[in-house]
Amino acid sequence: MREMINMIVVLTALTAFSGGLLATVQSGTQVQIENQVLKFQKAPAIKNIFPDATNDPLAERFSVKAQDIELQIFPGVLADGSKVIAFETKGTGFGGPIGLMVGINLDTDKIVDVRVTTHSETPGIGTRAKDDLSFVAQFAGQGMDVDFALKGDGGIIDAMSGATVTSKGVSIAAIQAKEIYQKLKPEIVKQLK
Amino acid sequence: MAQSLAKEFTKGLWAEIPPFRLVLGLCPVLAVTKSVENGIGMGVATTFVLVFSNFLISLLRNIIPSKVRIACYVVIIATFVTIVELLMQAYTYELFLKLGIFIPLIVVNCIVLGRAEAFASKNGPVLSIADGLGIGLGFTLSLAALGAVRELLGNGTLTIWEGLPVFGMGPGFIPFQFMIEAPGAFVGLGLMLCMMNLVGKK
Repeated sequence: MREMINMIVVLTALTAFSGGLLATVQSGTQVQIENQVLKFQKAPAIKNIFPDATNDPLAERFSVKAQDIELQIFPGVLADGSKVIAFETKGTGFGGPIGLMVGINLDTDKIVDVRVTTHSETPGIGTRAKDDLSFVAQFAGQGMDVDFALKGDGGIIDAMSGATVTSKGVSIAAIQAKEIYQKLKPEIVKQLK
Repeated sequence: MAQSLAKEFTKGLWAEIPPFRLVLGLCPVLAVTKSVENGIGMGVATTFVLVFSNFLISLLRNIIPSKVRIACYVVIIATFVTIVELLMQAYTYELFLKLGIFIPLIVVNCIVLGRAEAFASKNGPVLSIADGLGIGLGFTLSLAALGAVRELLGNGTLTIWEGLPVFGMGPGFIPFQFMIEAPGAFVGLGLMLCMMNLVGKK
């Protein structure tokens, strides 16, 4: 009995200590990690979505808060003068959350382009969502009245063969982006002026 | 004391150099040695985990009950691996992207658990740190060496971190593409094991 209690106490104390240590490191590095993600994931994604932006969407980013959703918006102005915004949503893939940067044209309500940002998908399989642009290209130019579900679920998106879960994660993120955009558009337009 | 310290430290560099002598920890050795830079990054991350987990396990060696020791070791190792992962995300994000899944996989690297079980649980903290440093440095050197061979033959370059000079094989060199793919890892490792045995033969 004594031995049993000893084991439980030691293991509990050890896990509690490690939890505390990790929480400390996590909170200490959080800001720095967010900066790195911004620099190495979001910035290239936005650059790919709006290659001809005449402003700096990263520097002009702002937060919108409405209907219990807080969202970071990257506003852009394209070469032809149209106003666009980009923001990130998350879907669940095979190895955890998949971030999807979605660029939407505010004038026409159409998606300009999308790019996968942070993910932990299987190299060579799920990572095609990020590296092979033919999958995300399906979202480009689509309006807000289109169903972004996979074809098997009644939508319009062709899943990548062998990476259905990843495809679904991206599609869920896109559907979420559509919902958020429809809810927050008035607020975003107000803040842009 | 100083003599045994030096002995524990240097054994990891030759006599017990992990991938070539103990033939342990082969998963990262095969997977991340596409370039010298990746090899060194992985080696340094593993060394960090080794040193700290060895130190803590050695401090707690008389408190940890022997029946749950493996569970305790894994908790300690996993904690330090997560810390390394967070630190790499915060300060060397590009390297973190390249190494990807192999950083969290340090938890199941048998070198780390092996040193905990075979050394840190029986020796004092200072000796354990020396052992962790030595084995870690040996692991880093092995990864860098294999990475150098593979990168030089497979890509014709030798990149060592940003800002430092890049050596190339010259314009006439046609790289063996397969050396930076998976089969090249096996061939490279096999050749290096063979050379190590040849040199170390008595």
